[in-house]
Amino acid sequence: MIGMALPLSWLLYNWALAVDEGFNLGYLTSLGFHQLTANPIEYTNRFLGDWALRFLLASLAVTPLARIFKFNQLVAYRRMIGLWAFAYVSIHLSSYIVLDQFFDWGEIWGDILKRNFITLGMISFTLLIPMAFTSTKGWIKRLGAKVWKRIHKAIYVVAPLASAHYFMMAKGNQLDPKIYIGIVAVLLGIRVWFYYQDKTKAANRKAAA
Amino acid sequence: MLIKTKKPWDLSENEVTPEALYLNRRKIIQGFGVAAAAAVISPFLGWQKAIAAPDFTVIKKTNYAGDEELNSYKDITTYNNYYEFGTSKSDPARNAHTLITEPWSVKVSGEAEKTGSIALEDLIDFNALEERIYRHRCVETWSMVMPWVGVPLAAVLKKFNPTSNAKFVRFETIADPKQMPGLRSRVLDWPYTEGLRIDEAMHPLSFMVVGLYGKPIPNQNGAPIRLVVPWKYGFKSIKSIVSIRFQETQPVGSWEENNSREYGFYSNVNPDVDHPRWSQKRERRIGEFFKRKTLMFNGYGEEVASLYTGMDLQKNF
Ligand code: HEM
Repeated sequence: MIGMALPLSWLLYNWALAVDEGFNLGYLTSLGFHQLTANPIEYTNRFLGDWALRFLLASLAVTPLARIFKFNQLVAYRRMIGLWAFAYVSIHLSSYIVLDQFFDWGEIWGDILKRNFITLGMISFTLLIPMAFTSTKGWIKRLGAKVWKRIHKAIYVVAPLASAHYFMMAKGNQLDPKIYIGIVAVLLGIRVWFYYQDKTKAANRKAAA
Repeated sequence: MLIKTKKPWDLSENEVTPEALYLNRRKIIQGFGVAAAAAVISPFLGWQKAIAAPDFTVIKKTNYAGDEELNSYKDITTYNNYYEFGTSKSDPARNAHTLITEPWSVKVSGEAEKTGSIALEDLIDFNALEERIYRHRCVETWSMVMPWVGVPLAAVLKKFNPTSNAKFVRFETIADPKQMPGLRSRVLDWPYTEGLRIDEAMHPLSFMVVGLYGKPIPNQNGAPIRLVVPWKYGFKSIKSIVSIRFQETQPVGSWEENNSREYGFYSNVNPDVDHPRWSQKRERRIGEFFKRKTLMFNGYGEEVASLYTGMDLQKNF
């Protein structure tokens, strides 16, 4: 689980190097140069977006993997993975607001309304909020497993929207966003397959009984 | 009277390396705010002595970027869009060493009296090189200021005596999968293609570049020859050119072909025409935190606006 903090730690470490370099402070010179390219702001926003999407898909992969490999302990980690994904999305959004636009709310609001890929990103983020908010044991109890589960079904909408957000943002005809869309399709497809498998099993059991 | 004390950064010119020179200049500007034009030019004088390899001698140096600070050699050569070597900004610097730039020849064809294959040495008059400092504005809203070395594009094109049918010029980048790993992915329909109207191409600001910071241009920046059209978005300034074709019909560039709603033939820098996916009103100068206003024609309106009189630039974006 702690591994999911690694990309963020790496990013912060490189920002420390970048600040040290940029202001000629000289405290960290011996550690080498930062890896954030000549445009650290663009790099940061994309880096965070990439990891947000990866962890989002990882959380979506837990259930199928646990079921296929009969490895139910995995499910215990699902909530943590989802929360990390939310953390990366939130920092991705913050880096867009703070580093990229520097609180230019007019420009930001214009982007959300006019730029389709940002509209989708914002919808995805909004749908993730109730999931993250209700992720504690207390909330599961308060809402009951049924309602809680329904709230968390929003991931089935968020995953395609978030990968569409990436697909629409990429220039030219790039492969990477298509790979993510493919993975989402497989992860959602598996669930449909499970659903029908369960139905036939239940029907067979009924017939046998 | 100006009393000059020797500061640590006042190295004599032949001691310093390119990177140190940049830092050095930065400190001078911060410390004294000296006439930036002088500071911008002076480093290159030193370079010719500092670097062992015989570098270009230039007959003229012109600063077309006012007192704006130059970007460092490192920034210019490690942050590139050159999709034939990969789609991330750091890919070209990593991968472009496989490009073979010697020998190099360019195929000239179409509506001109002289056509055929011509060697780089015959295409470019290496005794007439100039240095020009231009602003460079990428369509992705970042920008830099770069010291290019080259010759006016017009001087190159006139060699072939284009006929009156030559209304446009079409350029092509090399496309060899053995040298360019990015070609395996069909991000664009290779070879990369770009074009200009003949009067744009003949405009004195259009520059055929062979060098950067007084040295031969690195592969990731478009070696051995590339175009630089400073009032247009960077993607118009095609790299590693192997074909020049004079033609009567308007060529379709690779980006225009990929998405004509987003990338027009003209692609003049224009803060009033947004890219559908982002605003073009402002840009981030590499090395700065706050965005600055984007200038019409990237600040070259005085020189080039007359090329477009009477045209609706919202439609002809
Ligand atoms: C579930 C939520 C989200 C996910 C998973 C996500 C993921 C991504 C990914 C994978 C990229 C492409 C990175 C790359 O090119 O390597 C990206 C780009 C981007 N995202 Fe998001 N994003 C989300 C929400 C948002 C939100 C809410 C905003 C802003 C309101 C936003 C703004 C952007 C911007 C502006 C870019 C383009 C960066 C650039 O062009 O340099 N995203 N995002």
